[in-house]
Amino acid sequence: MTITGEVVRIAGAVVSAKNLAGARMYDVVRVGDKQLVGEIVVLEGDVATIQVYEETEGIAPGEPVTTTGMPLSAELGPGLLGTTYDGIQRPLEILLAEGGDFIVRGVHAPGLRRECGWDFTPAVRPGDRVVGGDTLGAVVETEVHEHRVMVPPTLQGTIAEIAPEGRYTVDDVVATLKGDGRTQTVRMRQYWPVRQPRPVLRRLEAADPLISGQRVIDTFFPLVKGGTAALPGPFGAGKTVVQHQLAKYVNADIIVYVGCGERGNEMADVLRQFPALVDPTTGKSLMDRTVLIGNTSNMPVAAREASVYTGITIAEYYRDMGYDVALMADSTSRWAEAMREISGRLEEMPGEQGYPAYLASRLADFYERAGRMAVLGSSGRTGSVTVIGSVSPPGGDFSEPVTQNTLRVVRVLWALDADLAHERHFPSINWLTSYSAYAGAVQGWWTAHAAPRWEEYRTEMMGVLQAESELLETVQLVGEDVLPEEDRLVLVQARLIRDGFLIQSAFHPVDTYCPAEKQYLMLDLLARFYRHGQRAVAAGVSAAAVGGLAVKSRIERMPFVPDERFAGEHAVIAQEMDEAFAGLTAGKAAYGVTPRG
Amino acid sequence: MTRVTGPLITVAGVADVAYGEVVEITVPSGERRAGRVLESREDTAVVQVFGGTEAVDTLRTSVRFTGETMKIGVTEALLGRILSGTGEPIDGGPLIIPDAMREISGSPINPSARDFPRDSIETGISAIDGMNTLVRGQKLPIFSGSGLPHARLAAQIARQARVRGQAESFSVVFAAMGITYEEADFFIRNFRETGALEQAVVFVNHADDPVIERLITPQMALTVAEYLAFDLGYHVLVILTDMTNYCEALREVAAAREEVPGRRGYPGYMYTDLAAIYERAGRIKGREGSITQIPILTMPNDDITHPVPDLTGYITEGQIVFSRDLHRKGIYPPIDLLPSLSRLMQGGIGEGRTREDHAAVKDQLYAAYARGRRLRSLVAVVGEESLGDIDLLYLTFADRFEAEFLQQQENERRTFEETLDTAWQLLSMLPESELVRIEPALIEKYYPGEADG
Ligand SMILES: Nc1ncnc2c1ncn2[C@@H]1O[C@H](COP(=O)(O)OP(=O)(O)OP(=O)(O)O)[C@@H](O)[C@H]1O
Ligand SMILES: [Mg+2]
Repeated sequence: MTITGEVVRIAGAVVSAKNLAGARMYDVVRVGDKQLVGEIVVLEGDVATIQVYEETEGIAPGEPVTTTGMPLSAELGPGLLGTTYDGIQRPLEILLAEGGDFIVRGVHAPGLRRECGWDFTPAVRPGDRVVGGDTLGAVVETEVHEHRVMVPPTLQGTIAEIAPEGRYTVDDVVATLKGDGRTQTVRMRQYWPVRQPRPVLRRLEAADPLISGQRVIDTFFPLVKGGTAALPGPFGAGKTVVQHQLAKYVNADIIVYVGCGERGNEMADVLRQFPALVDPTTGKSLMDRTVLIGNTSNMPVAAREASVYTGITIAEYYRDMGYDVALMADSTSRWAEAMREISGRLEEMPGEQGYPAYLASRLADFYERAGRMAVLGSSGRTGSVTVIGSVSPPGGDFSEPVTQNTLRVVRVLWALDADLAHERHFPSINWLTSYSAYAGAVQGWWTAHAAPRWEEYRTEMMGVLQAESELLETVQLVGEDVLPEEDRLVLVQARLIRDGFLIQSAFHPVDTYCPAEKQYLMLDLLARFYRHGQRAVAAGVSAAAVGGLAVKSRIERMPFVPDERFAGEHAVIAQEMDEAFAGLTAGKAAYGVTPRG
Repeated sequence: MTRVTGPLITVAGVADVAYGEVVEITVPSGERRAGRVLESREDTAVVQVFGGTEAVDTLRTSVRFTGETMKIGVTEALLGRILSGTGEPIDGGPLIIPDAMREISGSPINPSARDFPRDSIETGISAIDGMNTLVRGQKLPIFSGSGLPHARLAAQIARQARVRGQAESFSVVFAAMGITYEEADFFIRNFRETGALEQAVVFVNHADDPVIERLITPQMALTVAEYLAFDLGYHVLVILTDMTNYCEALREVAAAREEVPGRRGYPGYMYTDLAAIYERAGRIKGREGSITQIPILTMPNDDITHPVPDLTGYITEGQIVFSRDLHRKGIYPPIDLLPSLSRLMQGGIGEGRTREDHAAVKDQLYAAYARGRRLRSLVAVVGEESLGDIDLLYLTFADRFEAEFLQQQENERRTFEETLDTAWQLLSMLPESELVRIEPALIEKYYPGEADG
């Protein structure tokens, strides 16, 4: 049933309308003669306050407002992968075809293509009992993904009819269920209100590392499938580059990338690169596993607010099929600012720094939607949603509300640092302030995957970096001269870890992705160098002499050695190193040729 | 007319006024001013008055709602003209007959329609070309401070910018907001002397012009730029100066509306507002032209965390940051390379674009210069004696880098090759084993051999 009212006030993205008695909170409405999309956010008597997802210029009091009777929902089904949407799931390609290069208002485009046929293979037979989440059949959505057509979460019953193998569109009925005294039809498209989490059976522990090929992340501050991470940093620190690297390389099945209030050219960059790039796990085009949501900074602010919800709902949908999904949101600060802007127009009581009082709970609710889950249905499947949110603190000051409230709910912090970025130490993840609560959980995986001494090495190298930061304070005051040789060796070693391991160029063809095996071998050489160094210094060699060894440049160039050649390079460097140290200490007592281990 | 607060008036007894509608206000003296509807209710409207509210009263001032949103007439004939901040010709030239009327608020470019910018621009300035390459379609602001030579640098870029292998130069759309007559004249004279004025459209809102007028100047300028670029195929360089003045006008309106202020009194929506300006740069698939933006802003107190540079940096594709220290040392351009950045550099350089060694040389220069700078501050405390030989080399490297690479003349134009060759000369101060950011094959090809000291 639709209700029609009348606009009484327009202030930016917020419009009020009267004569809307009977309309429901969060209903989607069409506003004005241009039929702009909006959502009811406040109801008072018969007056509704509406946040409008499109530009409101030119709208006047007296224009009509019509309800649709549906809350803001995502349209879910085959055809999501490879598509780019705006914040309210309108395909940008269709807006382009219908409206031209500049986004025009009032274009309505469904999320899924209606005309496209999908080859459906049924997985149930008439008479089978099914519950929400059960697979009715499958279509091949992209070369690598079987799209499982599921019973919507709220339905259950007995299969009355199931479509035979064949080609169908998302509009076609593929199954009829009988149950609860009713007959229900199921199509390949279903709807889910974006602000509401899709239900699961239960939450499971997450311990499988999400391997990104980024050394500082995988080795020092690991993330897991189903985990949460925050990526705060000032402008230009490298948040987007990290997010793009993750989207390209993590070993998840599906990627949902939400460009929330950021740059148009960054979306263009993804659209340019992804189709040509190859997923390291499947060898197929990256676009085949990716859903993009791009509501850039100059696109309407209310749609920006909705974009993260649209994204996470799509992520949950694929999780429910049993996939590991990773969602990147760049940047959650722009989402929070959209909330603030709308809240201001609603004349709500402002909280800290003008953000609405519900900022903390909205952030928490969003990150709560991540996790490894036993998904609905009788198959016993598990799936996961990993969430990585960029945060853009004003002035780079992490004490502000968005960063702080995010840190209260996420388990991993990759703190980006302006000083490191200025020196072009990328990724500029500060190793002293970042943390991961999953380091213990993933240890088992590494030990089982040809990295027996992973934990030992990583603790040792982190210890060196921490010791360095304390020593550098002294050096700043009195110079390096006063330090004992073993401390000067710490400085040499720390430099080597930074230059030869932590720094990783996203733009270098080899270095952009570093497989776990190579990470471990690199770590092994660093640890070996340190042990040699310690022995040499103990035997009376100066730290400067250790730092002057030619083999050091070879270690610093490790990142650029192609993966397939690296095992060989590892052996060569190890040998060169052994010989170099032997040469250094020739004549000095108490020095063994090979280090312990 | 029921109420006047700062630059706003509230008008009662109106009907069906559209949000964003243009308003014509006639003050008792008969003078007319333009305004725009900021909020519309059934019988009242809040209007922002561009000419300011001086002499506006609540008795005899009359208000007419035009039923139109704000537009500017666009035509190729605007090239060579000087206009006021609201788009009126002020050069005594002939009447401008528009080919089309365009809404100044513009519409966002569909991200799918964007063509990723990759044609690098040779500005002839090593600090930019070598270290922070500008590409056509980028938005790259200059973060300056009062008294620093941003105008000279912007003029030099406008004068020298070329894309290799293409004869045509840039057309310039210049928008001045709240700048002094002296600075405005500097630009106009400069454009005139170099013949650039014929290919330029100049908008000037002086420091003593109404503050609120500044809010529409960049929108007007960008609407003209879009027409030139995307309808007529020009490559347009848009210079916006000074964005800090623009933001102050924004703050003034927010204060008058009694909005909840964000950081340092600037409105919470300033990010969105600035994005609507800066995102109007770029390229569009299948269209010839492009818009490259160089916004200039002065950082109050040289503070890069101030909301104006901060929010700008969060939107633009990098920034060129000026340093007062370098300026004091007499170095032009006084660009502090460490906080400076060009985010689109990566796609614009390398083989077939600039030169194969460009990315690696840039990385190595950054690493070496950063190390030299760090040592410089260390030496200030503990003296040079405590440094090892290699460290001393880096210290000298930083000095020579500033003197020979960064420093150049205002009329000096270096090619990409000249810039990169200078870089290799400097890098040859360091032993080959230090150049770990550069692949051995490139070192082999370009390293001139270790220089003495
Ligand atoms: N891993 C990396 N390797 C090489 N360069 C990098 C890396 N990370 C960042 N950079 C450089 O830093 C620049 C800025 O990075 P990025 O755009 O990701 O910053 P950001 O934190 O997202 O900034 P903003 O908040 O303004 O969006 C990049 O354009 C690139 O030049
Ligand atoms: Mg970013």
